[in-house]
Amino acid sequence: MIRLAIALLGLVALAVVPLFASEYELGLLIGMATYVALASAWALFSGQTNYISLATVAFYGTGAYTVAVLNESLPYPAVLLCAALIGAGMALLVGLSTLRLSGIYFVIFTFGLAELVRQLITWYEVSITGTLGRYIFLDLTARDIYWQMLALAAVAIGLTAWINRTRLGLALRAIGDDEVVAAHSGIHLARTKLIAFTLSATLITLVGAVASPRWVYVEPLIVFNPTVSFLTVIMALLGGANRLWGPLVGAIPLFLLFEWLSVNFPDTYPIFLGLLFIAVVFVLPNGVLAGLDDLRARFGRRGK
Amino acid sequence: MTITRRTTLRALASGVAMTMLLGANLAHSADETVKIGYAVAKTGPNATGAGITTIPNYELWVKDINAAGGLTMPDGSKRMIEVIEYDDRSSNEDLVRAIERLATKDKVDLILPPWGTGSNLAIAPLMDRFGYPQAAVTAVTDKAPEFAARWKRSYWMLGGGHDYANGLADVLKAAVAAGTINNKIAMVSVADGFGIDLVNGARPSFKEAGLEVVYDKTYPLGTSDFAALMAEAQASGADSFVAFSYPPDSFGMTKTAQSMGYNPKVFYVGVGGAFPIYGQIADGKQEGVMSIGGVNAASPAIKDYFARHTDSAGAPPDSWASAITYASLEMLAQAVERVGLDHGKLAGELSTGTFSTIIGDVKLEDNQLRDLWWVGQWQGGTFVAVNPSDKDGAVAPVIPKPNW
Repeated sequence: MIRLAIALLGLVALAVVPLFASEYELGLLIGMATYVALASAWALFSGQTNYISLATVAFYGTGAYTVAVLNESLPYPAVLLCAALIGAGMALLVGLSTLRLSGIYFVIFTFGLAELVRQLITWYEVSITGTLGRYIFLDLTARDIYWQMLALAAVAIGLTAWINRTRLGLALRAIGDDEVVAAHSGIHLARTKLIAFTLSATLITLVGAVASPRWVYVEPLIVFNPTVSFLTVIMALLGGANRLWGPLVGAIPLFLLFEWLSVNFPDTYPIFLGLLFIAVVFVLPNGVLAGLDDLRARFGRRGK
Repeated sequence: MTITRRTTLRALASGVAMTMLLGANLAHSADETVKIGYAVAKTGPNATGAGITTIPNYELWVKDINAAGGLTMPDGSKRMIEVIEYDDRSSNEDLVRAIERLATKDKVDLILPPWGTGSNLAIAPLMDRFGYPQAAVTAVTDKAPEFAARWKRSYWMLGGGHDYANGLADVLKAAVAAGTINNKIAMVSVADGFGIDLVNGARPSFKEAGLEVVYDKTYPLGTSDFAALMAEAQASGADSFVAFSYPPDSFGMTKTAQSMGYNPKVFYVGVGGAFPIYGQIADGKQEGVMSIGGVNAASPAIKDYFARHTDSAGAPPDSWASAITYASLEMLAQAVERVGLDHGKLAGELSTGTFSTIIGDVKLEDNQLRDLWWVGQWQGGTFVAVNPSDKDGAVAPVIPKPNW
């Protein structure tokens, strides 16, 4: 109960921050909220099951593109609803056909999925509509976008917390531990994975939809940038993908670090980025939170 | 030595400490400077274009101005330029944030635009809100009139897809009328923003000019093998080969045409054809190749600019948007000299003033630069402008193109 109260208080505090923040600080807040939402939504499926998905940007881009296509013909809430439905539909389709794959095959497929979606949209735009770039002229302020993004991040974390307490969460963890054992204990593998994958993908699609009004101009190459997928994975892994607050703990410092690097070292920052990726996997394979637990355990032993 | 957690951490810690020291050294500042900020792509897919057209010109201009003692203010005093630059990583989200940072945290006096159509559109609403003038010099869009009306302090300086297509149609129509080529065209285009814009403009304007498109294919972005496409174009019986392509494609098609001995009477490629490196790509046989853009190669100001650019960046500029980028900066400097750094006055001066630049006297029409070169051609080792043919400095096109 106390934990829930602290989380809610934190959320309220974060919601009033933009009233005092400058445009740039608000931009940073939006970026942080975006990556917390992405990493948490990603971990909802991948963190528990150990299925590393690089399809984040496939859904994120689809969300952004949906807004670009529909923003002039439908009211904004209806556009978001459409984006969620399209994301969920796509996740069901993809999930049904691919969740049988495991390990490296799944990683490669999901990476290819972003490219596939991008090429499909390009093909459609080129040969059917004959345009490629689309414009988003929505009267949304940066604050509106921040609040929506914050809500999405809260939903992603809240949903994860809730699922962790249900049979679904237990089943997901069992699948993550050992799929064969899970199947033998009577867990319906396909259905469990499909539900979690669809929830996660729908949230990611909504993140893309909410973020897109800040760009004004959208084309497939802009919205299907694979860096988004990689950053999401590394942020979730840094914090600890199988923990509730892990993605948040990973996303915020990494986001700020990238910003600091690109401000101070515009020429050499990719090198630092690469080093950091290696360091995360090498030094903290289970994430910061697990690392802290390790440390605590070690000091605890020493104390005795 | 074995790699342990401790050594890794130690290495990381010293690395971070070193980067902090470096950062502290860079942060010194002089008083009474004019702060000019920009965020351009130094990494990611936009980095090539920004690295050829945008960054070298920004650097050259700042060097030129500071070598002359700084920007001249209306009262005749001079203030040195201090540059704040960020990498937008080719991501619009990062770009938007960088502009917010420049405007609200760094509080720069002026912001120079990023490279590319999408990037300029992404920041246009922000620039408008913060009141900064935005000379979108690398944005090709047919919607420029609409955008100029929507964002009053935005300037669109590279025309739209229809302009370039109409220019090319003009050149080909004249050659057909002179009997040097047949009226058949083989046309390929990249399935991406630029290619689509151009091909959508070209289809109607070719038709209107009485030209027949006998081969019309798009290819996906990132294609690297053009042999099949070129063989079909060759078999189509068209005398003109037109490609609305990106630099890697333009280069690939040139090499493919050379190796298969495809010698159409008109060989036109898209972006990249006007790059200085094109001569090397074509193995020195670029004579007669047409492409987008062009410069008045006979103008002393352009010759001087090419020399200074080569000196500063180590390579000559491209012959399309580079000179215009530099000219937009000259306009900015002259506008500051006339009205100072107040954004409202500066925007008004850019809209209505006449400026003397390396591309001649420039006056914007409805916040757009319309006095541009649409088609250029390699002649005698330089990329000269051939269309509009009535513009000062235009050269007659060489058709048919000599064989490779």
